[in-house]
Amino acid sequence: MTHHDQHHGTHVVGFARYVLIWLGLLSLTGITVALAGIDLGRWVIVTALGIAAVKSALVLGTFMHLKFEQPVFRLFVAVAAVTLLIFFVLTFFDYAFH
Amino acid sequence: MSTGTLHAAPHAAHRDDVGSRMGMWLFLFTELILFGGLFIVYAVYRFQHPDGFRLGAVELDTLVGTVNTIILLTSSLTVAMSITALQQGRKHLSLALIGTTILFALAFLVNKYFEWGHKFELGLYPGSPQLTSRPQGEILYFGLYYVMTGLHALHVIIGMAVLAFVMVFVARGSVNKDSYVKLEAGGLYWHLVDIIWIFLFPLFYLIH
Repeated sequence: MTHHDQHHGTHVVGFARYVLIWLGLLSLTGITVALAGIDLGRWVIVTALGIAAVKSALVLGTFMHLKFEQPVFRLFVAVAAVTLLIFFVLTFFDYAFH
Repeated sequence: MSTGTLHAAPHAAHRDDVGSRMGMWLFLFTELILFGGLFIVYAVYRFQHPDGFRLGAVELDTLVGTVNTIILLTSSLTVAMSITALQQGRKHLSLALIGTTILFALAFLVNKYFEWGHKFELGLYPGSPQLTSRPQGEILYFGLYYVMTGLHALHVIIGMAVLAFVMVFVARGSVNKDSYVKLEAGGLYWHLVDIIWIFLFPLFYLIH
């Protein structure tokens, strides 16, 4: 059995890639603020949360290195997210229909 | 594994950086559920009091909220870059970037301090006569505003402390080009603080 430490370095992400993601995040922030000024009625919350989800995906994927980790990390995050989603949905089933 | 070999006192005989990062992620999931629970409370009360929430949101300053969002997004950039810098052996650049992250965090807190202070001056704090005389929806909105941004600000402070510790380790050399998982873990915590704000911002500041 090989005595193999799992401490070889993580994938190195270059500065340029980080800056590009940051520019994307700033753009999405601008879009969110701009959209809030338009009367989209009930759709404002969906679009705002949708954009927030995209921003989070950028942070999770690149800044937090999920894209470069072993797949099991993404699986864990997905399980956590789905768990939270279930909490939301079940709570709303209660409030929306009683 | 070699047997019968005399080893000198082993230092870091077995390191598992992947395991360390996984451990940090597991902790972040508990934070996700903590704030997630509060977001559920927000969702239900907003669903039940849409007008009250809209009226409450009018009192918040969108510009300050936007500036704070930009501050946190940029602080995530700097802490992420600090890891690359350290991986490249550029210790002083890494220290400068971690320090910048901490300064951004401080700027965020200063903004929050003035924001809250202004609300208090207007008499808009939990239990105040001005607030309790308003419709239930607005009372709930402000209650959630203070609890959620307050808990978030507490996490910003904790994050600053964590990053300050890591900065000391980097300066001393115990976190370095060949061993930087502590910096990665600190960064992960910081990014979560950023993600929470990414959701807080539209939900509190951008209801129209």
